[in-house]
Amino acid sequence: MKFGVIVFPGSNCDLDCFHAIRDVTGHEVEYIWHDDEELDGFDCIILPGGFSYGDYLRCGAVARFSRIMDAVKKHAAAGKLVIGICNGFQILTEAGLLPGALVRNKNLKFICETVPLKVENNDTPFTRLYQKGEIINIPIAHGEGNYVADEETLKKLKENGQILFTYVDNPNGSMENIAGICNEGRNVLGMMPHPERACEELLGNTDGRRIFESIILALEGKL
Amino acid sequence: MKARVYVTLKKSIADPQGNAIKNALVKLGYSNVEDVRIGKLIELELGDISEDVAKAQMVKMCEGLLANTVIEEYKFEIV
Repeated sequence: MKFGVIVFPGSNCDLDCFHAIRDVTGHEVEYIWHDDEELDGFDCIILPGGFSYGDYLRCGAVARFSRIMDAVKKHAAAGKLVIGICNGFQILTEAGLLPGALVRNKNLKFICETVPLKVENNDTPFTRLYQKGEIINIPIAHGEGNYVADEETLKKLKENGQILFTYVDNPNGSMENIAGICNEGRNVLGMMPHPERACEELLGNTDGRRIFESIILALEGKL
Repeated sequence: MKARVYVTLKKSIADPQGNAIKNALVKLGYSNVEDVRIGKLIELELGDISEDVAKAQMVKMCEGLLANTVIEEYKFEIV
């Protein structure tokens, strides 16, 4: 089983994701440069947080045209797992792998704090180790995390159980309090909160760890 | 050939930046200001191509990169 963490110019959570996989879960992980073309041999791809290409124009707008994104689209189309965290989520929406968009926080502030999330659906490869309705605490750190989508898209997300995490106290104005969604195929997850920053007792919080452990169990065919 | 692209948030998308500026203008005494929407102006130098080709290019550029049509509207002019 092998994880890949894509490194865009301006990614800054790539090391944290790498650390969470290698040192916390003990699984194999490699960095993948944004200009590479192949994702052969990787089981789960992580698009990390940061400010890819300086977030110029719009967050994720330029990163989606990176050469590696064609391979990410193929990887996702084959039903393999992709997780985009923060800037990674923004890139996935810009690339059309997830619906909707992320715009400026309602209060115009960059918010950096640990917030409570509700697990809305635990029937996905990313959330099976959580209880449905469980409240977990995960850090957020973003200026553009306000999720928007048209009514039809929101209706579909709700009907299909694609909303995986919601904010208990909406910090950024997101529609339906959305903090994380998956695609219809349930193999692509995008979330603004940072589970990779909440994986170790030493850092005071392990609530994010079960996302990666869920993925590992799913890849091992145990869940 | 030059082009100017104007990108703005769709009416249905809240514009917190515009609201903040509106409130500031009202505080400055412009109490008649009802709404402010903030957008982007992008100027392009397109080289020596025909207007028709430029227009066709601009639509592709706007749809593909310059605007995110999930949340934004765009218009452009060839000058």
